[in-house]
Amino acid sequence: MSPYSALALLKHAVTGRPWPRAWRDPAPKAVYDVIIVGGGGHGLATACYLAKEFGIRNVAVLEKGYIGSGNAGRNTTIVRSNYMLPGAIEFYDFSLRLWNGLSHELNFNVMFSPRGQILLLHSPDALDSAARRGNIMRRHNIAARLLDRAAMQALVPHLDYRPSARFPIWGGLMQPTAGTARHDAVVWGYARAASDLGVDIIQNCEVTGFLREGGRVVGVETGRGTIRAGKIGIAVAGHTSRLGEMAGLRLPIESHLLQAFVSEPLKPLLDHVIGFGGHGHFYISQSDKGGMVFGGDLDMYNSYAQRGNLPVVRDVAAMAVSLMPCLGRVRLLRHWAGVMDMTMDGSHIISKTPVDGLYLNGGWCYGGFKATPASGWCFAHLIARDQPDPLTVPFSLDRFARGATIDEAGSGPTPNLH
Amino acid sequence: MLRINCPFCGERDHGEFTYGGDAAVVYPALGAPLDAWIDAVYVRTNPKGPHRERWQHSLGCRLWLIVERDTITHAITGVAPARSALSALLKEPGR
Repeated sequence: MSPYSALALLKHAVTGRPWPRAWRDPAPKAVYDVIIVGGGGHGLATACYLAKEFGIRNVAVLEKGYIGSGNAGRNTTIVRSNYMLPGAIEFYDFSLRLWNGLSHELNFNVMFSPRGQILLLHSPDALDSAARRGNIMRRHNIAARLLDRAAMQALVPHLDYRPSARFPIWGGLMQPTAGTARHDAVVWGYARAASDLGVDIIQNCEVTGFLREGGRVVGVETGRGTIRAGKIGIAVAGHTSRLGEMAGLRLPIESHLLQAFVSEPLKPLLDHVIGFGGHGHFYISQSDKGGMVFGGDLDMYNSYAQRGNLPVVRDVAAMAVSLMPCLGRVRLLRHWAGVMDMTMDGSHIISKTPVDGLYLNGGWCYGGFKATPASGWCFAHLIARDQPDPLTVPFSLDRFARGATIDEAGSGPTPNLH
Repeated sequence: MLRINCPFCGERDHGEFTYGGDAAVVYPALGAPLDAWIDAVYVRTNPKGPHRERWQHSLGCRLWLIVERDTITHAITGVAPARSALSALLKEPGR
């Protein structure tokens, strides 16, 4: 496949030749070394790193719809690594480092924009608490800046700084290296790079069951026939419990709805990603097209519906205008929901399973997008070497039984509160 | 909007209710084997389709309810008090 470059762009512009398709569309083979179930960012990244870093190129990615049609295309595109629990800190730091080189690595512009993410602070206590988080981040060489009210006003002038504000602003905690990336481009970039290395990306191919021989999984039943493989990895955000059930696994996961919103395009208004938590839950950024991209809390009840309900729309809208009154008359362009596989501690699972040959990547709650590169890399390592990378060890499936949960929110085994 | 027909208060928007999770989860006896506790605290069936779940009418009568709801369509097909004795009491004539 010819690399994308300024020269290639010029060549195509001059000759008028159409661009070739970015990834192949092969029919499934009968046997692969590795099958990845799920053609989202995580599944495609896994396949890409299996081929690129671990030399396993006889790989198929099976996607029930079209690639990127699940949560990879439904998130609010935020990339950050402002965690403070051991395990999560190192994992997300690794992910951010991969994000920084990703466009060059994939020869595809994923539009990673480290514009800075700011967590709003609304009381002196919140400032103290954020100072602690910032210090933990800096202790791990992750950039963090505590901003006072004046600094906030200079950086983000359109928040409500009036004395009568519903949420008075005392300051903010900024991770200057965090930001956003173009979610579709991440999917397409990984797909193109993986396909180029020999990975078969098979769309419209829903897995309906696992083929078992002597307790081991040896293949999958799909809408396009039986496909065998020595190792099978699951990376199917939202439906992890359903795939687990097919393999006889019961998992510490509930599926919940998360809604997201995008407004009509506006002129540049917000330079950073803004997060708001504790008194509610809200996050907002402005896309390169100008749309305000924002979201809030889960709908709070189990669901696979991919459509949310109005109380959350009302709550999110109320938080939007409370924090940025200038959004009051902005019209909503689109609004949708995705199905999150919420774990019992709010952290993800990258793990071997009790079933031989079956590997699990899931439970990303609603933080999966920023993890895409590290998730793919760590899952590829686990599948290729049959041993977890040190970054993966804390996120094993058996951590719940061992009492070694990684609960950043401290809300206990209550999936909808993470 | 989900509407839950509370046996005491009548049909209300689900914003008045707090979700309490899968009603199939029952905590074992204190002395039960650890595996039984791990299962009850952490493991969920998480079905796609009919789901029996707990809701509390927290902005109403504060009664805990068992709601039968479909996790694909959100259709609610049954609401009953979580305490079965209360359920029987409600069915008595004149109540």
